[in-house]
Amino acid sequence: MKTFKLDYLILPIVGIALCIAIWATIAGKPIKKEYVDDFGDKVTKTVRVGLSEDLPSPSETWTASKLYVTEPLAKRGELDQGILRFTWLSLKLVVQGYAIALIIGTPIGFFLGLSKAFAKMFDPIIQILRPVSPLAWLPLGMVLFLSVKISIPGLGEYTASELAAIFTIAVCSMWPTVLNTAVGVRAVPQDYLNVAKVLKLSKAKTLFKVLLPATLPYMFTGFRLSLGIAWLVIVAAEMLTGRPGVGGFLWQQYNALSYAHIILCILTIGVVGYVLDRLMSVVESRFKTA
Amino acid sequence: MPFLELKNVCKSFGGTKVLRDVNLAIEEGEFVSIVGYSGAGKTTLISMIAGLLRPDSGSVKLRGEEITEPGPERGMVFQNYSLLPWLTVAENVALAVDQVFPTWTSEQRKAQVDKYLAMVNLTPARGKLPRELSGGMRQRVSVARALAMEPKILLLDEPLGALDALTRATLQDELVRIWEHDRRTVVLITNDTDEGIMTSGRIVPLSAGPGATLGPSVAVDIARPRDRKTLNSNPAFKHVRKAVLDYLLGPGGRQKTTVNRKLTLPDLLPEDLNEPRTLFGAKRTARRRSEEKLETVEIA
Repeated sequence: MKTFKLDYLILPIVGIALCIAIWATIAGKPIKKEYVDDFGDKVTKTVRVGLSEDLPSPSETWTASKLYVTEPLAKRGELDQGILRFTWLSLKLVVQGYAIALIIGTPIGFFLGLSKAFAKMFDPIIQILRPVSPLAWLPLGMVLFLSVKISIPGLGEYTASELAAIFTIAVCSMWPTVLNTAVGVRAVPQDYLNVAKVLKLSKAKTLFKVLLPATLPYMFTGFRLSLGIAWLVIVAAEMLTGRPGVGGFLWQQYNALSYAHIILCILTIGVVGYVLDRLMSVVESRFKTA
Repeated sequence: MPFLELKNVCKSFGGTKVLRDVNLAIEEGEFVSIVGYSGAGKTTLISMIAGLLRPDSGSVKLRGEEITEPGPERGMVFQNYSLLPWLTVAENVALAVDQVFPTWTSEQRKAQVDKYLAMVNLTPARGKLPRELSGGMRQRVSVARALAMEPKILLLDEPLGALDALTRATLQDELVRIWEHDRRTVVLITNDTDEGIMTSGRIVPLSAGPGATLGPSVAVDIARPRDRKTLNSNPAFKHVRKAVLDYLLGPGGRQKTTVNRKLTLPDLLPEDLNEPRTLFGAKRTARRRSEEKLETVEIA
């Protein structure tokens, strides 16, 4: 429904403005207070007042974050880098974990969908592992990779914390791909399989010419959900390992009482997640069949 | 020895007998229609000829050889087209051709695809995806795919069932035209007696299920090409139609099923308050068995 001209532009702006207004009202404001101290001197002191005293106001957030946004690629120190540089570091890790999740998850999904015995064997394990939080996987990853040294030419040597983060992302983001692929394989119409049978297509040909194309839309829905989770997990992983990245920066600035940067990080994580999801949905719609 | 022979074929699904004692012999080059009620087991029957299903007992033989699995020498046109939606019209047909004639050169295979697409008048649509086609066109692609495999026998499972009456008529004529081209053996499954009479040389009625079986076959002695307009007044047409319908509505008709229901009238016997309550306050039951009646209901 179109209510008025440019509503697709104006309405979101109004919505965002409203939220910022609410934020500004509950945020604390610095107020100069003058009083006479015990020695009889006049002293001015800045105190914060407001519903949530320590929550920085929108303008404070902007002033504090300006440096990170206007110089997005600067590197001043390990945990003091431009916001795009942090995003890039986080994305690099996410992509690796996500790739592993897809490479492992898709075949597992196919096996689950194709073989009833396989499904019966592993479904309980999957259902148990699926709801486990990334915060729980990460320590296990640390233990797993404590003494493992992996170096890949071109990517350099991986530290235990890096491997643990990748492991956590892979394990957490795998499940939507696994389950959607399995559902997709089970949903392949019997008609298509009958065609394959009448034509006497070999197993490999049936897989690549019939099963895989028929399952693709389901698989891509799984891939999209998985990417969302992978991006969700990175923050937790970086927080715990203290690696440079959006999540690591967030945690460090929290510990440094620099609260404005937390909001900057949250917004960055949100925007990047949104962009990733849009990108995946474009890819997804390209593979829709029938 | 008949070309295709079904002997005492029985098939059940989960305790329900679908087909019993089906006997059928088809000679090479015949065009046979199997006409029957929907849900009677027509698709089950043709799936067994195609080899997608195996009979519980009895035998299905093609040229004296038992059919144990599906194969390209039995070209099947499915009820719902079953085209692969991610392949174009030409690719759908080519998938079959490439599979059946792996030794041919790519030009030969392309020529084969083109030949059969032309036969069903779909050359202009060769690059389209199935979803861009109408139902009738999709079914023609499906027919082209089956024919391009050059099968010994063509199995048509209600190929025109989902189409409107006019498209149906056109495609029936087209089927006959294609059949006259090389007189391949055809088994057509349909629920439309007229469709059977228009196209085939013999009609075999399939009785209503459960436990459907084939009735006596009726030869259609009407010269081809059969003219739809004058057919209605043709005495041979009337005779065939009557014979088929007499069987389908008479001995092969739907058996009436009856179900017994227990009716319990509301129990109006007053509760006897003098009777002592049982432990834990269990109810003092006072069901009057005399008020339970049995009712027989006929299910249409």
